[in-house]
Amino acid sequence: MKASIATNQTILVVGGGIGGMTAALEAAECGKQVILVEKNPTLGGRTALLYRYFPKMCHPTCGLEINLRRLKGNRRLRVLTQAEVTEVSGRNGDYTVKLKLSPRYVNENCTACGECALAVSGQMPNPYDYGLSQIKLAYLPHAMAYPQRYVLDPAIIGTADAEKANSACKYGAIDLAMKEETIELKVGSVIWATGWKPYDAAKIQPYGYDRFANVITSVEFERLADPHGPTGGKLLRPSDGAPAKNIAFIQCAGSRDENHLRHCSRICCMASLKQTQYVREAYGDDCKSTIYYIDIRAIDRFEDFYRKVQQDPTVGFVKSKVARIAQNENGSLILHGVDTEGYHRYATEHDLVVLAIGMEPEANGIKLPDDIVVDSSGFIEGSKDGGQFGAGAAASPTDVNRSVQSATAAALRAIQVVHKTAAVEVA
Amino acid sequence: MSAHNSQAVERYRNDFLREVEERVEEGQWVKMCMQCGVCAGSCPFGPHWQHSPQKLFMMIRAGKRQEVLSSDSMWMCTSCYNCVVRCPRQLPITHIMHGLASYAHRLGLAPKSQPTREFATMFWNNLAKKGRVNELKLTLALYFKDGLVSGIKTALGMQSIGLGMVKAKRLNPMEILGGHGLKDLKGFHAIIAKAREIEDKKKGLVS
Ligand SMILES: Cc1cc2nc3c(=O)[nH]c(=O)nc-3n(C[C@H](O)[C@H](O)[C@H](O)COP(=O)(O)OP(=O)(O)OC[C@H]3O[C@@H](n4cnc5c(N)ncnc54)[C@H](O)[C@@H]3O)c2cc1C
Ligand code: SF4
Ligand code: SF4
Repeated sequence: MKASIATNQTILVVGGGIGGMTAALEAAECGKQVILVEKNPTLGGRTALLYRYFPKMCHPTCGLEINLRRLKGNRRLRVLTQAEVTEVSGRNGDYTVKLKLSPRYVNENCTACGECALAVSGQMPNPYDYGLSQIKLAYLPHAMAYPQRYVLDPAIIGTADAEKANSACKYGAIDLAMKEETIELKVGSVIWATGWKPYDAAKIQPYGYDRFANVITSVEFERLADPHGPTGGKLLRPSDGAPAKNIAFIQCAGSRDENHLRHCSRICCMASLKQTQYVREAYGDDCKSTIYYIDIRAIDRFEDFYRKVQQDPTVGFVKSKVARIAQNENGSLILHGVDTEGYHRYATEHDLVVLAIGMEPEANGIKLPDDIVVDSSGFIEGSKDGGQFGAGAAASPTDVNRSVQSATAAALRAIQVVHKTAAVEVA
Repeated sequence: MSAHNSQAVERYRNDFLREVEERVEEGQWVKMCMQCGVCAGSCPFGPHWQHSPQKLFMMIRAGKRQEVLSSDSMWMCTSCYNCVVRCPRQLPITHIMHGLASYAHRLGLAPKSQPTREFATMFWNNLAKKGRVNELKLTLALYFKDGLVSGIKTALGMQSIGLGMVKAKRLNPMEILGGHGLKDLKGFHAIIAKAREIEDKKKGLVS
């Protein structure tokens, strides 16, 4: 099917994380037509997978809920999920965009009752738990998912499970005949809010992420801490399910490293400081968090948060980039290195190691339009013709607050582009 | 104080980092070190020497000229390249270590009886004489470097290996009479002298 569902004055936002949602809402609330496309079956992006937010330690539900309410109330904003941009052609003010829409196999009738999931038995590694748990092939991504509609994974099609799901649904919401579609849009400006992904930890060979069960990444640790996560919120070691009370956090895992990511990911120092407080929350005084760091980058007002964590007697700091990790018989890990404050050689044992993994542009790996300019790490600066912009963590490694700021700025720039288009069309 | 050393002290005063940048092989990299400690923790010799690369680079920046140049740590580097592959700033650490050692040697500040230095000196003198290494003489010189008694002891201990090498034609006993060499020895010595001249000029060393 081919359809034109927009005009040159429409703004396209690619990526429905907190950044993309913000850019789309700001532009729509200024009276512009906006289309927001998200490749996953739900909006929310990576923030939805965090347990709590620094610096206020609130749950991500707050921020997302407000945005979802704004979004539901706005007629000018159209959301397409499971949609990916495959091509952008044209120029500033007059782009043609090709979108690939993947089938959800579930239509608007879905009430999210969950009967289909109960009926099927097939499972897959849960991408919303970074593969730490299994999820049914008929699933709701997570509690905050928008739209609140179940999804059938393509792997289910043609199996007995598909029929089971179909007959379990009392609302006629399952449509196994859905097909992949390609649609074409006319838009005036494009905002790339495609976000970030964790760097592949297995590439940091001396840390043994691919060899040692109890070496995990910070994004996985967020899932462990989350009551909706794979351990029901308990901080347990993957190897034996024992409580992890003596935890090492290794900073700059992949970041600030010419062999991996050359940039500072900017948020991981704060993320680890925050995560020490998850440990305290779980075990009180009966725990120990140790942060191994080159230098702590808690930028501007976050310095207060850093100070507070420094006061916590359960948290220790070692100024050193760990050189290598070894594992002993009981699955615990020995961290080897030399600290910079005195040059002491250490070999310290911990129950669990959390790698403060660097942020890489999610768009590394997808083909962007030729006109797009990226920096030396792949973060999107914008298009040469001035009609496309990067926003949020797609544009630079950012926390939620800065992602939102950058998204607002991008919305303003996009509005300026379509304003010009409007003026030309009237003349 | 050697003439080279006095000239260097005079020229760089308290700016040892600049001295290293201009005169030590790959020395311009030292300022790129961010003191993360990965090299120190990765060195297999780490526990056995006084100054890790990390520490040496900090000492250079802190202007600890005497301590750095008389350190024996860079002489212990085995060129395993563990630090080089892990350094997040991609410093050519191994090369800097050798560069520091060679510079310290040139200024006459390197520790006198450092075994690596002794052997390297011996090797070079042996090679520079005829343009070919005289393995027999090199081996004997090494055995007898600490005197006759210990030399005989070592030689006896290594006897069977030596004989084996002679049998396998890896060692020629006739080399003791002077040994083989290049045809154009004069030309060879001129090349070495010229190379040294160019190198010294590049580094600003007076000769
Ligand atoms: C361990 C850890 C803890 C953190 N904790 C905090 C915290 O406590 N507080 C805080 O402020 N920040 C925190 N952050 C940072 C936070 O996750 C980011 O700031 C935030 O996710 C940025 O939002 P975004 O919308 O820019 O990007 P994302 O959340 O990555 O959203 C991008 C969206 O775009 C979609 N997308 C990608 N490519 C395409 C495509 N080609 N087509 C269509 N859609 C696409 C993705 O599916 C995704 O939904 C943490 C980060 C880490 C690693
Ligand atoms: S924010 Fe901290 S941990 Fe992350 S890359 Fe920067 S310095 Fe390293
Ligand atoms: S690994 Fe590199 S950056 Fe780190 S201390 Fe050593 S030389 Fe400096």
